[in-house]
Amino acid sequence: MTIKGKACIVGAYEHPTRKAEDKSVAQLHAEVARGALQDAGLRREDIDGYFCAGDAPGLGPMSMVDYLGLKVRHVDSTDTGGSSYLIHVAHAAQAIALGKCNVALITLAGRPRSEGSSGTQPRSWGANLPDAPFEAPYGIVTANSYAMVAARHMHEFGTTSEQLAWVKVAASHHAQHNPHAMLKEVVTVKEVLDSPVIADPLHRMDCCVVSDGGGALVLARPEIAKSLKRPVVRLLGAGEQPKGQAGGKLSLTTSGAAASGPRAFEEAGVRPADIQYASIYDSFTITVVVQLEDLGFCRKGEGGKFVADGNLISGSGKLPFNTDGGGLCNNHPANRGGMTKVIEAVRQLRGEAHPKVQVKNCGLALAQGTGGQLGTRHTSATLIFERV
Amino acid sequence: MPYKDRKVPAPSVNAENKPYFDAASAGKLRVKYCADCKQYHHYPRSICPHCFSAKTEWRDAKGTGTVYTCSVLRRGVPEPYCIAYVTLDEGVSMLTNIVDCDLDAVKIGMKVKVTFKPTDGGPAVPMFTPA
Repeated sequence: MTIKGKACIVGAYEHPTRKAEDKSVAQLHAEVARGALQDAGLRREDIDGYFCAGDAPGLGPMSMVDYLGLKVRHVDSTDTGGSSYLIHVAHAAQAIALGKCNVALITLAGRPRSEGSSGTQPRSWGANLPDAPFEAPYGIVTANSYAMVAARHMHEFGTTSEQLAWVKVAASHHAQHNPHAMLKEVVTVKEVLDSPVIADPLHRMDCCVVSDGGGALVLARPEIAKSLKRPVVRLLGAGEQPKGQAGGKLSLTTSGAAASGPRAFEEAGVRPADIQYASIYDSFTITVVVQLEDLGFCRKGEGGKFVADGNLISGSGKLPFNTDGGGLCNNHPANRGGMTKVIEAVRQLRGEAHPKVQVKNCGLALAQGTGGQLGTRHTSATLIFERV
Repeated sequence: MPYKDRKVPAPSVNAENKPYFDAASAGKLRVKYCADCKQYHHYPRSICPHCFSAKTEWRDAKGTGTVYTCSVLRRGVPEPYCIAYVTLDEGVSMLTNIVDCDLDAVKIGMKVKVTFKPTDGGPAVPMFTPA
């Protein structure tokens, strides 16, 4: 059984806010749900499946289903951090293929900026975690976790800070055209390298933004998608892969994308060279380099060379990525970047990205997520979509 | 960047990990070994993560190893500190801090040896310093 062609994205909405001091988290979830339904041309009553992750207030989906007034017969609250929403897309397609629901809503929202969260602070993942006693005393935070991956990648493969900086430079070239982006200024490699070091070898500009906001997606079976007055974006393949410390047999320079990617490509029946646009999770610049290698866009260890010299810039580079400005410049709502990765891929396939960054005749796109921390344990998720 | 002591958050001790932290407070680094698959693992579990055997046992580690990767966190914290994974001579890598040295001089591949630092209201934890 495959999910290939079994479900389509019919609604996608990114909240325009980047700082939501006067809103509640639940309210943001409701606003993005309304936005995605409006985009799809569907009503709340059409939704019979709901998907959310740990950013949604309450125990699993229960509070949000009640708060939103949904009448659903299928729920899923898989939480893999920032990649959750890509996994929700895949799981929603599975549910639709099995007839468990016809129209699925996925929401994400949060206010880390208003609440003062950042990548240099410890996060509480709850009591009774088996790993925390062996990690919390050492001050593991998001920034130094990814920095250790970058340091090891540089050691093994000779990757340089200049190469990493090109990821941010490319994102900034795209963000200048996004009126909602938090950081709209185009930056140079030198400016990235001159920004303060947060955790060696990562500079401030190697790190994504901290923003409030959210996003939502609506998936539906193909018959429903065809009845709506929107371009049809069909899911072709999906893969998911958790990866951790393997009992101390550590390999930090490879992510779960080395497994989730090939699975998605196989299901879709396409190859990396066929992809016209890629949304690549960019919590940090190094995150992009590792995933591009693992997905097969280049060989392991050659990601630094691949991203250098503007190769990710739409219009001039070989692989246009994150044309909304990504997490590095545009938005990283709830400290979870997977939702916006899917949304920009949908915009590209619909031909609704900003004209300055729109890929011509974009027919095949990939969205890639990495949730958790590459330096400890994470879950990768890969989606491949086509425009029908 | 000289090393400065910082307030180390206490680990939460439970029935499964208590022998490890009791040993650390007594100045010993212990590592789990599986009598079935003959492999070490870290962090310690009662059931082996490699082969799922229940025949795991505590062994005294040599206390020496090599820096696998490291990073000094310089912003957003009261005192910069060096986080690292150290690959023990037993073959497993553990998250830790490199302490009591010039933090800028810590490099991947550096030989290190264990030392113990007190935590804020909890047991001591193993950290490493250049060998």
